[in-house]
Amino acid sequence: MSRAGLIAGLVMGLVMGLAASPAAYAEWQMNLSPGATAMTHQVWDLHTAMLIICATIAIGVVAVMGWSIARHRKSRGVRPAEFHESIGIEIAWTVLPFIVLAAIAIPAASTLVSLYDTDAADVHIEITGHQWLWEYRYPDAGVHFYSRLAADSRRAELGVDGTRPQDVAHYLRDVDNPLVVPVHAKIGLSITSADVIHSWWVPALGGKKDAIPGRINKKWFTADKIGTYRGQCAELCGRGHAFMPIVVKVVSKADYLAWLKARGGRGPAADDLPDAPAAPADFDALAARDTLSRDEAMTLGKHVYNGLCSACHQRDGSGLAAAGYPALTGSDVATGPIADHIDQVIYGKNAMPAFGGQLTDAEIAAVVTYERNALGNAVGDEASPKQVEDLR
Amino acid sequence: MKGSAYPADGWRRWLWLANHKDAGTAYLVLAASMFLVGSSLSLVIRSELFAPGIQVVDPAVYNQIVTLHGLIMIFGGIMAAFVGFANMMLPVMLGAGGLWARRASGPVFWMLPVAFAALLVTPFIGGAPQTGWTMYPPLIMQTGPALPVFIAAVCLTTVSGFLSSANILATIVARRAPGMAMLRMPLFAWTWVVTAFLIMAVMPVLAGTMLMLGADRYLGTGFFGGPDGSALLYQHLFWTFGHPEVYIMVLPAFGLVSTIIPSFARKRLFGYTSMVYATLSIGLLSFIVWSHHMFTTGQPLAAEMFFMFSTMIISVPTGVKVFNWVATMWRGAMTFETPMLFATAFVVMFMIGGFSGLMSSLAPVDFQYHDTYFVVAHFHYVLVPGSLFAMMAALYYWMPKWTGVMYSETLGQIHFWWSVVTINVLFFPMHFLGLAGMPRRIADYSTQFTDFNQMISIAAGLFFAGQLIFVFNMARSLVRRGAPASARPWEGARGLEWIVASPWPHDTFATPPRVEACELAKPD
Repeated sequence: MSRAGLIAGLVMGLVMGLAASPAAYAEWQMNLSPGATAMTHQVWDLHTAMLIICATIAIGVVAVMGWSIARHRKSRGVRPAEFHESIGIEIAWTVLPFIVLAAIAIPAASTLVSLYDTDAADVHIEITGHQWLWEYRYPDAGVHFYSRLAADSRRAELGVDGTRPQDVAHYLRDVDNPLVVPVHAKIGLSITSADVIHSWWVPALGGKKDAIPGRINKKWFTADKIGTYRGQCAELCGRGHAFMPIVVKVVSKADYLAWLKARGGRGPAADDLPDAPAAPADFDALAARDTLSRDEAMTLGKHVYNGLCSACHQRDGSGLAAAGYPALTGSDVATGPIADHIDQVIYGKNAMPAFGGQLTDAEIAAVVTYERNALGNAVGDEASPKQVEDLR
Repeated sequence: MKGSAYPADGWRRWLWLANHKDAGTAYLVLAASMFLVGSSLSLVIRSELFAPGIQVVDPAVYNQIVTLHGLIMIFGGIMAAFVGFANMMLPVMLGAGGLWARRASGPVFWMLPVAFAALLVTPFIGGAPQTGWTMYPPLIMQTGPALPVFIAAVCLTTVSGFLSSANILATIVARRAPGMAMLRMPLFAWTWVVTAFLIMAVMPVLAGTMLMLGADRYLGTGFFGGPDGSALLYQHLFWTFGHPEVYIMVLPAFGLVSTIIPSFARKRLFGYTSMVYATLSIGLLSFIVWSHHMFTTGQPLAAEMFFMFSTMIISVPTGVKVFNWVATMWRGAMTFETPMLFATAFVVMFMIGGFSGLMSSLAPVDFQYHDTYFVVAHFHYVLVPGSLFAMMAALYYWMPKWTGVMYSETLGQIHFWWSVVTINVLFFPMHFLGLAGMPRRIADYSTQFTDFNQMISIAAGLFFAGQLIFVFNMARSLVRRGAPASARPWEGARGLEWIVASPWPHDTFATPPRVEACELAKPD
């Protein structure tokens, strides 16, 4: 065994030595990068959690096996045990994994739901894969262009004039015309293909989405940092598969508008693009406030509505007529006098429970304001926490 | 059935393969040659990927090699070898005189060399598909005049696979010796019950899908393209075949390892009954997870959820198997001859492949892993240090029975340690490349991936070279060099194959043997 171990060591040393010698362009990246968006950070957390779970179980199994290999050997004079089943332990190691899996499945499902929420993008881009280049169209701005492998990468690939891959910057990860998008804005992508299946993938901005002829797939991302992000086609698409990179330049709002103008496009009004990342709302703080701005009321109201009211009235306010849950969209209460509306939320009516005890004044005011100005309603007025307090 | 009814001499013996040991030998020889062809193709791939830039083959040729490497290894290597082990061993392990339909073996077998010859000819008649083994349209429609040959070759392998599985299943169900009850028989037979069922369920799906491709091309139908067709329909059909196929390639390995570990632990298999149920549930679940291969195709959210959860669940019965193997070793009296070394390494490295599969089941994270070297690492861990190591364990385990001489244990140990080190240097860094963003199936890569790729290419060459030790060791046994083997060369081995002499006679159990409880996989 020790001789075999020596051989193994020699092999390992040889391999490592040979591999390490031409370390001219080493990066040695070994793990997923957390990326440049909130969603890629969530995905990275899931990846890390699952990796830790798997590694823990693997180490446990190998440790038990290793102990057994070291101790339970014929050469140590042991006699083999007779047992060959144990109902209790077999049930335990069937049931316990279910619990571990459920614990990771729930956050994964929640991330998946967020990734599928492609609504309300600030900038919309249509992407078409071709053999072997990408076509980008900004339908709202009227900008349209093609994006091909950069010329110096092409020269290095073909070895023109002795150019080598290590002589050019970003070999196979550079293009003539990069995609340009504003920072902090929600970018909605509609992805399709003109010939065979491709897949659009920039790891730092999120996972891949296939470009399939005859079909439009949607994807979104919001970049948190200005920078240049690189990726490439991820679905085998023929001879040029390795040679259709993707480069996305994330720029400031002003730079983006200037770029659109230079491209001959119509820029959106500057106000239509967000200036800074939308800070996650602190709902507890809002719920304790005496006054709310319209935006704050709508944010808090949506949170309360989706948490409590949508179970019966549904997320879009359409209700569930068959179960006796009335629609709020266009209803008498939600579009009638505001005092009656507030009253009903505080004290309930028929099947509707009284929420006065479990919600603060600000929360009730916010949810009333939300119901009157969302869910297809546009009454325009708003309830204040003071009004709610007076009606209690 | 009288043996004299079938031609048993000269070339007719090898044409009809009426003796199950001849049939098994033919499959194993075919599998060995296909492993050689398939791994030679992978060495071309690794040479091209040794450095950035195009040095060895044109990307169009590279893609064809990727396609052929996959198909040859899957259908010609892994599947043919498992059918070979089943033909060779199951009749003896079950106390049967031979296979259920003896005369069928020859014609069913000979379809395969024809099919693989046709596959390997396609690059020279206009080019093989550049699609990888998944053969997705519309890309496969860009294949030239070789397409019908290619489709016919794939269909031929499915027909052969279907028929050989039917024969094996019928043998297990109807040819067992009295006393060899279903819930007492070796687990290798149980895993083949499920494998045969899976093969018979999905081979027609693959054949049908291939014929639909041909119809789209030559009969003007529009299943997978045109205004009413869908490229995604193909993917759904393909993976309806393709995911059970994954288990077809690993369940028999579970059976081999479940036979070998108890022999060298000198202790019965732990949880025999739960192993059987785990095998059955893996077989059933394998039909409802196919779409996890399609997480990035833009399926509806509900479909993503369903396939994420079903895929996570399939890890439970697989985990049960790993735990049972470890519990079998626990408090045994183990020795580590070469078969046990490979079986132990199988458990550890199959587990690595299983865990990277579980990681990939999380759909939002799979959007990153999908179609990268992370996935290449995942399925190679399952298939090479997984299935292939199980086969090597089985060859070392049964070769003394087949030839009557012991292989060289020293060479076996060297082969094991060489293989286990180089295989990990070969496949483990692929995880890193995938996580760092290197897509699979690319002929050339960005310079940041160079170092790991060079390490992998060198390890691939070393792993390949190390198999020469194995070939030499087995060849030595085949020419009867080595110490004579007793009827039961492994102290703890149970099973009917050990009650016949070594080397075993050409015909065994013409009358069913008496089955003693001590030879059963589960005594009571």
